[in-house]
Amino acid sequence: MRSIVELRNHPLELYKFRKRLTICAGFVLLLFLTLFTRFFYLQVTQGEHYHTLAEANRISIAPLVPNRGLILDRNGKILAQNYSTYTLELTPNKIPDLDATLKELANYVEITPSDLEQFRKLLRENKRFKSLPIRSRLTDEEVARFAANRYRFPGVEIQARILRYYPYGELAAHVVGYISRISDKDLEQLEASGELDNYRGSHFIGRIGIEQSYEQELHGITGFDEVETDAAGRSIRVLSRTPPISGNNLVLSLDIDLQQVANDAFGDRRGALVAIDPTNGEVLAFVSKPGFDANLFVGGIDHKNWKQLNESIDRPLNNRALRGVYPPGSTFKPFMALAALELGLRSPWYTISDIGYFSLPGTERRYRDWKVGGHGRVDLHKSLVVSCDTYYYGLAHDMGIDRIHNYIKQFGLGEKTGIDINGEVDGLLPSREWKMRRHNQRWYAGDTISVGIGQGYVLATPLQLAFSTGIIANRGKAFQPHFVKQVTNSQTGVTRELPKNLLYTVDHETQNMELVHRALVDVTKPGGTAASAAAGARYTFAGKTGTSQVIGIKQNERYKEELVAERHRDHAMFVAYAPADNPKIALSVLVENGGSGGSTAAPVARQVLDYFLLGILPESKTADPVAASEHTHPH
Amino acid sequence: MPLVGIRKLWHYLTRYIDSFLLTGILLLMVVGLITLYSATGGDINRVIKQAVHMFIALSIMWLVANIPLQQIMRLALPLYVLGFVLLIGVALFGEINNGARRWLNIGITRIQPSEIMKIAVPLMMAWYFDKHEITLRLREYLGAAIILLLPVLLILRQPDLGTALLIAASGFYVLFLAGLSWRIIGGLIVAAAGSVPVLWSFMHDYQRQRVLTLIDPSQDALGAGYHTIQSSIAIGSGGIVGKGWQNGTQTQLDFLPEQSTDFIFAVFSEEFGLIGNSLLLLLYLIVIGRCMVITANASTQFTRLIAGSITLTFCTYIFVNMGMVSGILPVVGVPLPLISYGGTSLVTMLLGFGILMSIQTHPKLVKT
Repeated sequence: MRSIVELRNHPLELYKFRKRLTICAGFVLLLFLTLFTRFFYLQVTQGEHYHTLAEANRISIAPLVPNRGLILDRNGKILAQNYSTYTLELTPNKIPDLDATLKELANYVEITPSDLEQFRKLLRENKRFKSLPIRSRLTDEEVARFAANRYRFPGVEIQARILRYYPYGELAAHVVGYISRISDKDLEQLEASGELDNYRGSHFIGRIGIEQSYEQELHGITGFDEVETDAAGRSIRVLSRTPPISGNNLVLSLDIDLQQVANDAFGDRRGALVAIDPTNGEVLAFVSKPGFDANLFVGGIDHKNWKQLNESIDRPLNNRALRGVYPPGSTFKPFMALAALELGLRSPWYTISDIGYFSLPGTERRYRDWKVGGHGRVDLHKSLVVSCDTYYYGLAHDMGIDRIHNYIKQFGLGEKTGIDINGEVDGLLPSREWKMRRHNQRWYAGDTISVGIGQGYVLATPLQLAFSTGIIANRGKAFQPHFVKQVTNSQTGVTRELPKNLLYTVDHETQNMELVHRALVDVTKPGGTAASAAAGARYTFAGKTGTSQVIGIKQNERYKEELVAERHRDHAMFVAYAPADNPKIALSVLVENGGSGGSTAAPVARQVLDYFLLGILPESKTADPVAASEHTHPH
Repeated sequence: MPLVGIRKLWHYLTRYIDSFLLTGILLLMVVGLITLYSATGGDINRVIKQAVHMFIALSIMWLVANIPLQQIMRLALPLYVLGFVLLIGVALFGEINNGARRWLNIGITRIQPSEIMKIAVPLMMAWYFDKHEITLRLREYLGAAIILLLPVLLILRQPDLGTALLIAASGFYVLFLAGLSWRIIGGLIVAAAGSVPVLWSFMHDYQRQRVLTLIDPSQDALGAGYHTIQSSIAIGSGGIVGKGWQNGTQTQLDFLPEQSTDFIFAVFSEEFGLIGNSLLLLLYLIVIGRCMVITANASTQFTRLIAGSITLTFCTYIFVNMGMVSGILPVVGVPLPLISYGGTSLVTMLLGFGILMSIQTHPKLVKT
C-alpha cells in the first residue's frame, strides 16, 4: 500500500466512482440477461414440456389419513369405532355468493337451521380456503341428487369422511371421551410440538378422556399419495404411495357390562362409582352420573344440545369420578383406625364410653355423634362397625393434624392418583402449612376434630377413595390406577401389555391391618352399618359407609333429612372390597344427596359386586336403590 | 383562489419527489396488486391490505425525501448503534421461533433488528468513508469492513443466512464503490471460494438441503424440492404469451407455495408468459437506470456511496428472488421488491428510494 497521502482531486475521484458504477451497471445487465435466458429456456425451449406437466398431468400430494385406533373394553367389546360417511363440504373462498349457494343447496340436500348455525360457527373459526362441512351422514339419495347438480355449485364437494362412533353413547363417555374437529388453536399447538405434518388431512383430534390422553397412540401416521391430476384437479393415477399407518388399538381394563350394571344401579340419581382391581390397579368400572352422549360432539355439537348439557343443574359434563371433590365422611375412619394402631395411640382393647358427643377439654362446644345418646362402650372394632363418631373425635384430638396428615397421605388422599386420563384434581388432605397458605390462618384444635370423621377440610375424589380402599384391600400395596391394559399395533397385530405398576407399599404391622380388615367385614354383617345392603350375599365383603355433609348443621340443631331440600341433603358414600380374603375388586360409591351411605350407596355397590363376582344381574334393571332399603339411617 | 391553493399544495407535496422514479415505482406496485389479486384467488381484502401497506410505505418515502441529506447523514451513527445494541439484545434475550432467534420483544411490540440493519449498515459505512474521505488507505477499508462484519456475524448466529448475506452484499457494494482495490477484491473472491467447505460445515441441515435441492430438485420432490419444481412448472407452462390473468392453473389450483409472498413471480410468469417477464424486467431496468443516474450525479462521497448501495441492493433482491423462483438459486426468503405481499420489505425498500429522491432533489452541495 502506498504510504503517501494522496491529495484528493474532485473530478478524478468522481471519474473513478463513475467507472466503478459503470462496471456495476454492466454486471446488473449481465444478471438480468441471465434471468432472461433462464425464462427463455423455461418458457420457450422447455415450454412444451412444462406445458404438458401443467396442463395434462400435474403432480400433487394427497395426504392419506390413517384410521384411528379402536378402543375396546377388557372383553373386546368396542367402545369407539370408525365409520365412513359422506359429508357435504364448502370451501368459502371458492364460492362467489355464499348465501345464495346455501339457499340453493337446500333444494337438493336437507339443511336444518342447526346445521346452518354450526356451519356459520365453523366459518368464523376457520380460514376461508378450508373445506368446511355443512352436513354429514348424507343419504344415498342426497348424494345422487347433489352429484347430478354438482356443476351448479363450484366450491361445494361431497367428501367421504371417516367419523367416530361410540356404540355405548352415554355409558362410558367420561372415560373414553370423544374427538372433535381440529380448530385453528389445535393447529397452532400441533405446529409448536412439531406434529403438524402428521395432521395434514386429519380433521379430528381427541378432546377428553382416553381419546385425548392417548391421542398419539390412536392417531396413527399419515401417508401420502403422489398423484397425477388433470387440469380440473381430478386424479388420473397414483405415482407412488406411502401408505398411512393406522393408529394403535387400545384395550381398556374397563368391563363395559359391569359399567352398565353400575350405571343402572344408580337409577336416576346423580353420583359416581369407581371400581379397581386392587392387585394391579386396573379400573374395572368408572361411572359418573348423569353422563352425556359422546356422539353429539363428533360432528360438532349444536347450540341447543350444548346449552342443554352445559346449563343443566345436574352438570352431566362434569366428570364426578375424576374431578368431583367430596368430604369422604366416615369412609375416612378405617385410615384413622389403622393410623391409631400403627402409631401406638390406641390398643385394640382400649374403650371409650360414648354418651353421644365429644367436647374438647375445658370447652363447651359439643361434637355430636350421629346416634343420639351414643353407642355406649366402644372399642376400635366396634367404632368401625357402628361408625362411632365420638371415638374418632377423641382419637383425632390425640393424634393431631400433623400425624393425621403424614400417615394418611400414604393412602393417596389429597393428591392426584396419576391415572391415565387428563383433568384429575387433587382433593385435599389438610395440614397446618396448607391452612396458613390458603387461608392465612393457624390451625385450631377444633379443625382437627372434624377431620377425624372425614369432614371439615378433607376432600377426596371418588377415584382417590377407590384407590385408597384398594391399598387396604391389597394389604398395603398401592398399584397405579389405569385404564389402558394393552396397546395393539393394528398393522402387525403385535400386542403390548402395559405392565402393572407397583407404586409403593405402605409399611404396617400385619395384625393391625387384619384388625381393621375384620372390622370392615363386620360392617356388612348384622349389626354393621351396611348390614341390610349385604344381606344374603354369597361372598364375604368388607365395606365402610359414609355420609358427606353438604350444608353445615348448627350447634344445637339435628340433621333431619325430611326437612332439608333434596339438593342440600347429605351425599351418601360407600367403599368396599370383595371377596374379603382375596380381594379382586375395590370400589367407591358416591350418591349425591343420597342421604346415608348404608341405605343408598351400599346397595349400588352390592349390585356391582354381585355381577362382578357371581355374574348375577339385578332383578329389575332400573331398580331404584333408595327403594331397596328404607331409612334405617346408619351413618 | 382555490386553484392557487391546490397548486401550492401540489408544489409542496412534490417539491422533493423525483417524478420519473415515482412513476416507475407506482407502475411496479400496480403490477404487484394485479398479480396479488390473482395469487390470492380474488381476495380483494388482501389486495386492499397491501394497498394500505403501499400507502404507508409511500408516505414514509415522501417523509424521507423531504429530509436534506445532511440530516440523514447525522442519523447514520445513532441508527447503526441502535441497531447494533438491539442485535445484541436479540442474541441475549431474543424470542426463539422455529429454532432461530430473530425477534426482540420490546414491551409494546416485537421487532426484527436485522431489518433496521439493512439500511443502517450501508448508511454507516457511507458516513464512515465520507468522514475519512481525505485519507483512504487500507486502514480505512479495514475499519469499514469491521463496521460491516460485526452485525453480519451477529445475524449469522441467529441464524438467518439469507439476511446476513444480503446485508453483507449491501456493505460490499459500498466498499467496492469507495474504490476497494482490485487486488483485495480478487483476494476476497479466492478466500470466499476457499471458505465454501467451511461454510458448508457451519450450515444447518435445512440450508444444505436447499443447496442440494437446487442441484437436483427431483431427489426431494415432496419436501424442499417441491417449491422449485412447482414454480418451474408454473413459469415454464406460461409459455410466450402466458395463460392470462387469473387463468394460471398452477396458481389457481394451489400448487404453488407462498404464492402471494416470495413466489409471487411464478404467478405473474405463469399468467403473463415470457412477454410479461420481459416487460417486467424492462420496467425494473428503467427504475434501476434512473437510480444509477441519480447515483452518478450525487455530489458528495456519502450520497454517492449510499445511493449506489441502495441501487445495487435493489438489483440484488430482484435477481435473488427471480433466480430462486426460476430454479437457478437456492430457496431463501427474499421477496420480490414492490410486488411481493408484505409490509416490512416495502417500507425498507421505499425508505431507500426516499433517500435517493432526497439526494436528487435537494440542492447539491459540492465539497470544496
